[in-house]
Amino acid sequence: MTLPTIWFIVIAFLWVGYLFLEGFDLGVGMLMKLFARNERDRRVLLNTIGPVWDGNEVWLITAGAMTFAAFPFWYAALFSALYVPLVLVLLGLIFRAVSIEYRGKHDSDRWRSRWDWAMSLGSFVSAFGVGAALALTSTGLPLNANGDRVGGAFAWLTPWAVVGGLAVVGFSLIHACAFLMLKTDGEIRARARRALVRWLPLGILPLAAWAVGVQVLNGDAFSLVPLIVAVVAVVIAWRMAHLGKEGLAFTFLGLFLLAGAVSIFAAMYPVVLPSTLDSAWNLTVDNASSSPYTLQVMTWVSLFGLPIVLLYQGWTYWVFRKRVSAESIPAVHKVNAQ
Amino acid sequence: MEALEIARWQFGITTVYHFLMVPLTIGLGLVVASLQTAWVRTGKEEYLRLTKFWGKLFLINFIMGVATGLVQEFQFGMAWSEYSRFVGDVFGAPLALESLLAFFTESVFLGLWIFGWQRLPKKLHLATIWLATGASALSAYFILAANSWMQHPVGVELVDGRAVMTDIWAVLTNNTLLVAFPHTITGAFAVAGGFLLGISWYHLWKRRRDGIDTVDEKGRVVVGENAAIGRDKTDYNVWIKALRVGAAVAVVAFAGTAITGDLQAKLMFEQQPMKMAAAEAACHNGTSFSVLSVGDVGAQNCEDVKTLIEVPGLLSFLANGDFETEVDGVNTLIPEYQEKYGTHLPDDPMYGEQAGAEINYLPVMSVTYWGFRIMIGFGAIAAAAAAVALWVTRKGTVPQSKWLMRLAVFGILAPFGANSAGWIFTEMGRQPFVVVPNPSFTGIDNVFMFTAAAVSPGVSRAELLFSVISFTVVYLALLVVEVRLLFKYVRGGVPSAMPELVHAGGSGDGPDSEDTPDKPGGRKSDDVLDFAY
Ligand code: HDD
Ligand code: HEM
Ligand code: HEM
Repeated sequence: MTLPTIWFIVIAFLWVGYLFLEGFDLGVGMLMKLFARNERDRRVLLNTIGPVWDGNEVWLITAGAMTFAAFPFWYAALFSALYVPLVLVLLGLIFRAVSIEYRGKHDSDRWRSRWDWAMSLGSFVSAFGVGAALALTSTGLPLNANGDRVGGAFAWLTPWAVVGGLAVVGFSLIHACAFLMLKTDGEIRARARRALVRWLPLGILPLAAWAVGVQVLNGDAFSLVPLIVAVVAVVIAWRMAHLGKEGLAFTFLGLFLLAGAVSIFAAMYPVVLPSTLDSAWNLTVDNASSSPYTLQVMTWVSLFGLPIVLLYQGWTYWVFRKRVSAESIPAVHKVNAQ
Repeated sequence: MEALEIARWQFGITTVYHFLMVPLTIGLGLVVASLQTAWVRTGKEEYLRLTKFWGKLFLINFIMGVATGLVQEFQFGMAWSEYSRFVGDVFGAPLALESLLAFFTESVFLGLWIFGWQRLPKKLHLATIWLATGASALSAYFILAANSWMQHPVGVELVDGRAVMTDIWAVLTNNTLLVAFPHTITGAFAVAGGFLLGISWYHLWKRRRDGIDTVDEKGRVVVGENAAIGRDKTDYNVWIKALRVGAAVAVVAFAGTAITGDLQAKLMFEQQPMKMAAAEAACHNGTSFSVLSVGDVGAQNCEDVKTLIEVPGLLSFLANGDFETEVDGVNTLIPEYQEKYGTHLPDDPMYGEQAGAEINYLPVMSVTYWGFRIMIGFGAIAAAAAAVALWVTRKGTVPQSKWLMRLAVFGILAPFGANSAGWIFTEMGRQPFVVVPNPSFTGIDNVFMFTAAAVSPGVSRAELLFSVISFTVVYLALLVVEVRLLFKYVRGGVPSAMPELVHAGGSGDGPDSEDTPDKPGGRKSDDVLDFAY
């Protein structure tokens, strides 16, 4: 396997890790307005992701920075072509991050409700934008020979962008229900399970549609196998949710994401970003990548760094393995001037 | 405005804003970690309170650093795609290292710290804050490696018109980086020192105003107590310790910036002589450092500039370490640059609207001249004030003067100003280059890039305007929110960061108490989330 191919796999791995981990953060963020019924519920929801969301977000930063280092042409073309949606993603993530930290810092219903909106909308917009960006990098953008977008600020707005956006939004919502079912106790846990059973088929539909679409466009046997695995996994996940096997339902839903994403990336390979204008201008693992030296350096660093990150991040989930329930939420702490 | 200018404004605004949060995160984070260490070692209540109080403020600020950092990471690809293509091979690496080795550690361990107070053994919990804040400093190292490479490209060769990395070690041990890193870290400590000093001055002043602490006839403090939560003698110890630590940190940090800044100036004289000349608004060669010049310091012909105060020989000392060597002025340097790098930009579409335009090698001198002086001046004023504060409070408390208190609080801003000025000077002083050529002929002199060629060709003015306006508006609104929250938690004093102090007494709960999950007697059940949102 060549170095650029290995790096394509690393980048794909980072994106899957991001969607898996941040999927439930973004989903929980959206559920602050869709699922939680009262202040207690909202605080339970918030505290399930409280200790981990920032570490999960770093997967996105790392995916971006690694793409910059390993495939500068991919990074430059994709990010500049998607200028407007990425600005919205950034604004969404800014509001999401700040609302988590600030919503509890002032004791007023209006204040909290505003930040809840900021969190829900911020999570929605960022999930949608990231999904659109990934769908477009798998299906193509109108790029010229230099890798610059032609056709104006909204040339990216195609049905694929919408399918991809809905795919990540839908998956995140379903994934968040499964996560809440695992991480909470009492009434919320039961409700999360019911929501999962009820909405799963609808929620995963756009992601499935995207994977099937890419398969039809460019697929081969390599991408077909994971696609079949994904379909089987999601059926099992649904069945397990019915049966109340929470851990298995969560695991198979995760497997669905993994296999679905593998299928999409496998179908793309070796193109990383097709040009819809002329296939001679496609960006591929070979013409978009950095020099062999840089890739070597990055490989060594990642071989050392990634396992350590996985270890300590896994360990945090172990430390915070306890379920959160309404009883474990402390009273609101009022801050008065001394 | 053309796309290039908007993109530059956007980068400047978002980065300077990011760098308001950054030095406080780095400096205060390390201070909080030290305070918690003192608590674990001695078990003294005041250190626990110090840790929690400053930790709370640290977190309120930290989140804004995270939120605005995301924009930084994406911006290179979005608005500076030609730049990203040209430098990606070498510049992307430190950014990727930063994410993988520093940001993960920082965010994961900070989560453990925030939520782990009761869940982790004491020493392990202490280790989490050291890992988190150590990683902040490490992230500074990597990002400064990227920035120093733009100021002084090393470890690369030019292949097919792109900078290709040949030596990562050279990039990570760039001499520009080795001085910029300590300079930036000591600058961050200057911010933290001023912050501690100003806020604890305010609290000591309030204890005096409320008649809790008094002074005896020799001016020595008589520490008192009152019944309000947290207004005990320990509270006094909290503030006086914070004040003295803060003042000492501020003084030492300034000395550190001065020493490292001097080293930077010597390198800059070799690597970016034009920036040095522009920092001095020096048209002609000379040896004196101007402390104050009047007139239009931005004018290229020196007739307009009158130097009122100057220190003979100091400029040579800053640049060279002696008092005689003449430092080249702008008028000597411009022809040299023109000869090497041309008088006009190539007539190539990659330069956009600037193609074929005449190159102005002179940075905006009023910015570099004043940026340099504001950096040093604000830093020096803050340090002098901190030294005075140490003297004034030697008998244990602060004077009753309201104006002095206000001054101390206001003084918090000076080191922030020095930091911003330092960056604006550094970044604008390297214009018109985004990657500055090395003046000596070491073989990599041909690796450089004009800022005009760096911006994304496919991105329209309208898009850039949309983003610069959105970011600016959102950033301003969030700045107001952050500052108000900081004020609120500062006014609340220690109890604002320690629910356990308030709720343990059983008082202060009022109508909420039916929701209180705490076990009778005020002891929390062990699965209650501490520090929870
Ligand atoms: C000298 C230090 C320094 C400088 C010059 C910069 N930063 Fe920064 N950055 C930090 C020091 C730092 C930090 C101290 O590590 C922060 C501040 C608050 C925080 O959470 O970490 C941070 C946060 C931060 C984050 C969020 C990390 C997270 O989620 O935990 C990102 C993505 C960036 N930065 C990226 C950048 C980029 C691309 C910069 C260049 C333009 C940049 N920063 C300049
Ligand atoms: C590693 C860190 C940094 C990198 C890689 C970097 C890179 C850049 C780039 C690509 C530009 C745009 C091109 C230009 O206009 O020159 C720029 C401009 C600028 N940067 Fe930085 N920068 C870094 C850190 C900072 C920091 C921390 C600050 C200040 C807090 C800062 C302040 C500015 C300013 C003020 C401009 C606008 C310059 C102008 O308009 O001429 N930079 N920087
Ligand atoms: C006598 C005191 C000081 C001297 C001689 C000095 C010198 C310098 C020089 C020469 C640079 C430009 C480096 C370059 O462009 O290559 C610089 C940058 C900078 N200075 Fe200072 N400085 C001093 C004090 C301070 C203080 C007190 C602070 C902050 C509290 C500060 C913060 C900065 C920052 C943030 C930068 C930009 C980052 C960097 O290049 O390291 N400086 N300083």
